[in-house]
Amino acid sequence: MSKLLETLIGGLSQGGVYALIALGYTMVYGIAKMLNFAHGDIIMVGGYTIMVFFYQTGMPIVALLAAIVVCIAVGLLTERLAYRPLRGASPLAVLITAIGVSSLLQSLTQLIFGTASSMVIVNTFGTIKIGSLVVEVSTLITLFSAAAVMLALTLFVNKTKTGKAMLAVSEDQGAAKLMGIGVNRVIAITFAVGSALAALAGYFSLLKSPSVSITMGSLPGIKAFTAAVIGGIGSIPGAMLGGILLGVIETACNAAGLANWTLAIEFAVLIVILLVRPTGLLGKKRREKV
Amino acid sequence: MTATATQPETAKKTSWFSYVKSSFKPKNYVSYAVLALLIAFFLIFGKSFKQTNVLMLEKISYSVIAALSLSLVVGFLGELSLGQAGFMCLGAYLGGYFQTYVYGAFSQSLPLLSLLLTMLLGGFFAALAGLIIGLPALRLKGDYLAIVTLAFGEIVKVVFRNLKTFGAEKGMETVRYSSSSLYIIGFFAVLFTLAVIRNFIKSKHGRAVTAIRDNEIAARAMGVNVTYYKLVVFVLSAFFAGVAGVLFSNANYTIKSISFDYNYSIDILVMVVLGGMGSLNGTMLSAALITFLNAKLSTVLTGDLAALQKLVYALVLVLIVIYNNAPKLKTFREKYNLRRLREKLSAALHRLIFKKHPAEDPAAEKPDAADWSNIPTKVPMDAILSTDFTPDAVTDEDKPDKPERNEPHENAEAKQ
Repeated sequence: MSKLLETLIGGLSQGGVYALIALGYTMVYGIAKMLNFAHGDIIMVGGYTIMVFFYQTGMPIVALLAAIVVCIAVGLLTERLAYRPLRGASPLAVLITAIGVSSLLQSLTQLIFGTASSMVIVNTFGTIKIGSLVVEVSTLITLFSAAAVMLALTLFVNKTKTGKAMLAVSEDQGAAKLMGIGVNRVIAITFAVGSALAALAGYFSLLKSPSVSITMGSLPGIKAFTAAVIGGIGSIPGAMLGGILLGVIETACNAAGLANWTLAIEFAVLIVILLVRPTGLLGKKRREKV
Repeated sequence: MTATATQPETAKKTSWFSYVKSSFKPKNYVSYAVLALLIAFFLIFGKSFKQTNVLMLEKISYSVIAALSLSLVVGFLGELSLGQAGFMCLGAYLGGYFQTYVYGAFSQSLPLLSLLLTMLLGGFFAALAGLIIGLPALRLKGDYLAIVTLAFGEIVKVVFRNLKTFGAEKGMETVRYSSSSLYIIGFFAVLFTLAVIRNFIKSKHGRAVTAIRDNEIAARAMGVNVTYYKLVVFVLSAFFAGVAGVLFSNANYTIKSISFDYNYSIDILVMVVLGGMGSLNGTMLSAALITFLNAKLSTVLTGDLAALQKLVYALVLVLIVIYNNAPKLKTFREKYNLRRLREKLSAALHRLIFKKHPAEDPAAEKPDAADWSNIPTKVPMDAILSTDFTPDAVTDEDKPDKPERNEPHENAEAKQ
């Protein structure tokens, strides 16, 4: 029983990380109508920034803040240089550009830091005992911070003027422009928010496994992308639901001794869900217009 | 009776004759000459090729086939498939399995026949997988289809990595087509792939496919069976990816599922995009060139510098896509591009040789779908468009003969 609960807590915490990354994908998709394939690599940029600043200052919080700033800068830069010139072009072109940007970020980082992975031990919290449960403190931190961030994001999108502008742009870009909303500005803000979330996710994944490498963002990126699609891409609650679902599935598979098959099972779940509901669990069906 | 019996026969004859005649058009002479030269070159110097060069040619042959197969989906259907490596993986593993363990003895005695059979089998299994995954997945489109194909590729990789039958993580050792002339088989496989894909694209079916790419809703409205054609393209593309996979397994001693990861799919995509989406020649050229450069550069750039190569590709990929697609660069693009340059050059050459301008044939094949709107027509479109159809401008004579049937409102007003 306690084993089951531990697995569930671990799954929820992992799911929280996926949800944070998936939010970046889903918000950018909802607002700019593009799949930002490079989002996973922003996590990697965050990881390396944390490494550099953690070694310089020794304070994880400073490293995290620095990572958020650097990730936002990188996110905005890619948006400005690679995606904005293609606004209004075919979705395929934008998708391929995003794949190129992802490759670009990886190879740039590899040129700067080298191929070998390095260790960054930011997790010094140890474990805690609640009744008969033994849980890592970092797992709880991840779980609660992810929940808090998601709550804050929901409030931001639904209550603030900028958030409402985001909703308007995702509903109808042309109409939003006519209402006096600066579409380019809103899209840039979306990228910034997504990148900040990716930096946070980078920190949490370092709490879980303290290794920084060029490809550290690829797999979480693809999984979070899967999570966003499962939940219905473009839908913010959908990304949270999909992320948590995927995290729980992953932890359950690992606990059941199917670690080798985890990826296949997750993708099989994705395919089955898309077959039953082609727009994901909470996605809205859009009518196509000529 | 004789007349009705002979008529279809003559029709058949002329069509067959015209097909032969069209194959021997002057514009094809150069291609035939190049083909003959290449074959002669292989026959004469093939024996003295260095091992590294042979390996390079083998690599180029399967890369070109893989790129051509992806170009069918990305360049002509306009959908993104990120699972091409998965289809290759299927072809390589299943084909290799049959070649080694099912008819292994036969592979020793009749290697060529066995290789051809394996290529068919590998292609068949990949096509089957394409059908199975495509049938449900093609209800999705765009980004959703991309993620499902990506998921498919990853699933295939994980399955082969975990199955003991296929050597699990160590990879599967396969019987290799031992003769060093594998690249010649590869060369003919490329020609076969090109012939099938080109003929498919130039046929009525190919036009339906490009119509779906240009505007799916309009194509559907014109009666194109969108799902059917998407499936056909998907299966055809999977088949050739499987064939490429068989060539891959024959060019390498062991197959490992790790070689067919997501990044390999991206590499194939880069070849297609750099070659020009919708251009088979460009795709082949860029696939060959990139494979060549990769092999050469990987010996020069070692260790951390290997990233430099990836960096350049990524940069070129992004710049080319932006240059080709950015809405703001449209006028610039139309003024300066290679196709226009080539047209100018060939026109100049034509003038030089035949002392006259190339015939202006309005029905001539246009390379770009958008060019069709520039065809001179006899219908005065401007006059039609500028006609004023507002009710005020309609005079009594212009009114329809039976107004009560068409416009009851106006009729009611007239009675009053």
